[in-house]
Amino acid sequence: MTAYLIRRLWQMIPTMLGVMLLVFMLFNTFAGDPAQVLAGKISNKAEIENIRKQLGVDEPYWKQMAIFAKQVVTADFGRSWSTKEPVSEIFAKRIGPSLTIMIPILVIEMFLCVALAMAVAYWRGGLTDRLVMIICTVAMSISFLAYIIAGQYFLGYRTELFPVQGWSDNLLTNLATYAPLPVLLAVLVGLGPGIRFYRSVFLDEISHDYVRTARAKGLPESTVLFKHVLRNAMIPIITNVAMSLPSLIFGAFLLEKFFSIPGLGREVINAVDKSDFPIVKAVTIYLAFATMVFNLLADVLYRVADPRVEFK
Amino acid sequence: MSAVLDRLERQYQSGSSGIWQIAWRRLKGDRVAMVSLVVVGLFLLTIVLSALGLIARDWDDQVGVSYASPSFLGKVDNTEALSAGAAIPELAVPIDATIVDLRSVDPLADVMPEIEARAKALQSTVNDKAETLPFGGDKWGRDIIAKTIKGAQSSVLVGFAAAFIAVFLGTVLGALAGYHGRWVNDLLEWVYNVFTSIPNLLLILAFAAVFQKRGLLTVIMILGVTGWTGVYRLIRAEYLKHANREYVKAAEAIGASHFRRMFVHILPNVSHIILVNLSLLVVGFIKAEVILSYLGFGVPVEMTSWGTMLQEAQNELVIGKWWQFAAAAFLSMAVLVTAFSLLTDALRDALDPKLK
Repeated sequence: MTAYLIRRLWQMIPTMLGVMLLVFMLFNTFAGDPAQVLAGKISNKAEIENIRKQLGVDEPYWKQMAIFAKQVVTADFGRSWSTKEPVSEIFAKRIGPSLTIMIPILVIEMFLCVALAMAVAYWRGGLTDRLVMIICTVAMSISFLAYIIAGQYFLGYRTELFPVQGWSDNLLTNLATYAPLPVLLAVLVGLGPGIRFYRSVFLDEISHDYVRTARAKGLPESTVLFKHVLRNAMIPIITNVAMSLPSLIFGAFLLEKFFSIPGLGREVINAVDKSDFPIVKAVTIYLAFATMVFNLLADVLYRVADPRVEFK
Repeated sequence: MSAVLDRLERQYQSGSSGIWQIAWRRLKGDRVAMVSLVVVGLFLLTIVLSALGLIARDWDDQVGVSYASPSFLGKVDNTEALSAGAAIPELAVPIDATIVDLRSVDPLADVMPEIEARAKALQSTVNDKAETLPFGGDKWGRDIIAKTIKGAQSSVLVGFAAAFIAVFLGTVLGALAGYHGRWVNDLLEWVYNVFTSIPNLLLILAFAAVFQKRGLLTVIMILGVTGWTGVYRLIRAEYLKHANREYVKAAEAIGASHFRRMFVHILPNVSHIILVNLSLLVVGFIKAEVILSYLGFGVPVEMTSWGTMLQEAQNELVIGKWWQFAAAAFLSMAVLVTAFSLLTDALRDALDPKLK
């Protein structure tokens, strides 16, 4: 186990270097001179000159890369180009609101999807199954934007069930008043693909021999589904959840933008809009790292879910 | 006896039906798939016609009053059009030119009646804007139907072009990694790991931050370059399987080059996977384009797409002008994407060799 972990962590290094190279190539070579990028966005000439010096624009590429590598290793990406705030401070301030809406979304969505997919798998082949699948396909075809716009208009503006937008400093107020509508919309959007995915996982499991054996010894269908099939379907479920974890940090940036939630996603969109490269760079690097860690976590959890899995 | 032989011979000549023939036969038996195919076909036909300039060429013309209401609603109060100054009330006091004779001092006096007549003619053409349009108008009085068709053109073009690029990259890289193995595989696996360790939407946004020039080509390139990883994974696995099969060895024996073996011999055997993934990517990229354009990182302002329409529609909803929202989000995008997804599902089932 320890040897496995060390080897996996060791294997992360080349990937991390690759991510750094990709980010460096994007922002330091393709993007061109910051003086040009920021023309019209920052009017202060001395400020731009300062930024150029920090990046080492006039230095050779290997020196620029060294500056960037130092930023990554020390996790200090300097200051935002537009607000002059240190990037690490922005990150610390924005991650809370993102998590406040993303954790409920993730938890509710996972339980709802698994439960509904179980129900659909129970009635597989019947009219309910077909109907739910068609509804899922249609629901998936409507843009996320349309859900948010319509939801905000009808549930927020017209019926006044929820506030149209807003955010406070208090976690409980946020959870009780401002988060429900974004969470509801995100869960609604996630149901379509989620049910479809888990249903196919469950149906795949149901065709296995152990299910036939369980039925042959007279177990009720619900026990077969919830005890036998669910346990065996844990691996794809873990994979799916682990894959959606990085977006937990990034947040549903569209939701944050529409509901003016001061989260990380909205920060990134604004940064892209204002060519505020330090923020985009930092978020990309941090999230790449988080993704790798979550993938490792998922692989370890496989073992917990299924003792037959061996660490290779 | 001879009839039987004859039939056998014909069967022999036509050979066993290939995967595409079987798939097509299965697809034809699927009613949902055929309806989807017709819907997708109609959309593509509309888009081709609009690209050729045969329909919706004048989408940018202000044919109606501001927020012209849809014809099926009839005339409803349109305060926006009134406040936009569509009708300026006439002056209450008519100026009678005969009261004061300015002929001696005004050099234009002789031609004045003519000027007035012309001005009147001009005014009547300017004010000649429709109060209602078949499916309503937007803020500038543009016809929503024409705009939706034009928007479909951008969104679907981006979807298809980006999907082709992504599938091309994924197939070529996957083929190289799976067929050659060794260091080519290691290198490409590394690139794959790098690209997949960054959440896809963040990667797209990072590219959008760097490539500031807004245009169809930029969006297509960004989506294409960031979206190849899924296809790569599948194609690589297939090539790993096929590279050691007997038919590839036979091809080697008759002197086929590596390139020929990869793309002439193996490629047709994995083409069904490529087709299904192309179709999946088109749907994904159409959705992504809509979001990018909504955020202002997509198509430039002088063009329209379903994303820019939704952006405009967001504010219109509050003042009760729902038709642009409905046209962009539900009547066009949802219909096309639903049909395309159902078609993809049917295609996947039809091309699945396990389901015979």
